[in-house]
Amino acid sequence: MNELAITVIGRDRPGIVADVAEVLARLGANLTDSTMTRLRGHFAMTLICTGPAAAEVEAALAPLAAEGQLLATVRAVTPDGDVPPAGEPYVMAVHGSDRMGIVAAMTRVLVDAGGNVTDLSTRLTGALYVVLAEVELPAGVADTLIDRLHRTAAELGVEVTLRPADPDLL
Amino acid sequence: MTGEERGPDVGLGDWTPESLDVPGEVRAVVSAPHPVLSRAADEVDPTAKETVQLAADLIATMRVSPGCVGLAAPQVGVGARVFAVDVTGHPKAVTVHGTFVLCNARVVEATRWKPGREGCMSVPDLTGDVKRASRLVVEGDLPGSGEPVRLVTDGFEARALQHEIDHCAGLLFLDRVAGAHAVYQRKVYL
Repeated sequence: MNELAITVIGRDRPGIVADVAEVLARLGANLTDSTMTRLRGHFAMTLICTGPAAAEVEAALAPLAAEGQLLATVRAVTPDGDVPPAGEPYVMAVHGSDRMGIVAAMTRVLVDAGGNVTDLSTRLTGALYVVLAEVELPAGVADTLIDRLHRTAAELGVEVTLRPADPDLL
Repeated sequence: MTGEERGPDVGLGDWTPESLDVPGEVRAVVSAPHPVLSRAADEVDPTAKETVQLAADLIATMRVSPGCVGLAAPQVGVGARVFAVDVTGHPKAVTVHGTFVLCNARVVEATRWKPGREGCMSVPDLTGDVKRASRLVVEGDLPGSGEPVRLVTDGFEARALQHEIDHCAGLLFLDRVAGAHAVYQRKVYL
């Protein structure tokens, strides 16, 4: 069974999700995990599906991209299977004046501590830059990591907090 | 009514799980997708023998399931408005009524809505952010005696009750999540 990674990015308009999903359904491609949002107004969708060959899906999506407003890419990927968590879930929040390199510097600190970012979103609104990252950390590193995050944040002139992700309630 | 005038908590009286007077058997828990989880369950006679047995079985099944603080009849494949709750010892619980089973329960007052993360034994791999009332009044019938009760509760126990009452209405937490990015792959299994 082919597993395909598909991205669709471009000018937003009503109906893109329905159009893309329809193409996939017609080809017998089973849409499994997907995420879609608008990034600074641009339509951005990433999805995994199983079924047909990559070239077939690429050809079927081509008409959607024909007007030059959307870019669709299709790549065959190897199924990863279930990846066990690398540690304990934390949320890192960073905010402050926008400048180059905030995400690069802060996530490098996480990686150097053995962390693995599992979810990330960033927003620039006016002069304010906001980063939210979910990260799995090896047991016991959070206390020393927070000091390093604070030092890096101070160099960048931004604020950072690191807190355990809310445990599941029920 | 301001929502603060919640009336008295009648409590469980002298009802305990032991007053069911039948041994509970552990039943298999069904997972979504399963039609019984998406159907409004039927009202029950709280004094009927099968209701009493179901109540004992729900408690027994809840007790052998790690981290389980509530279990509704549809989750064991029975379309009946019966559920068990026990949040005893949970760090987030404030008001705690111990182990109890309610039949035909309904929410009569719900205020102070707060978001929180929920999981479910019938949706084992996902969690989601759901807004629930943190002050709650529930009325229902006790299995066995059939006595009507009025429970006034809050916080974690209130969340558990709303989650189970939803099960009896054929709703999962997935039906109430806050948005498209409010469902998560479960990271911690209890």
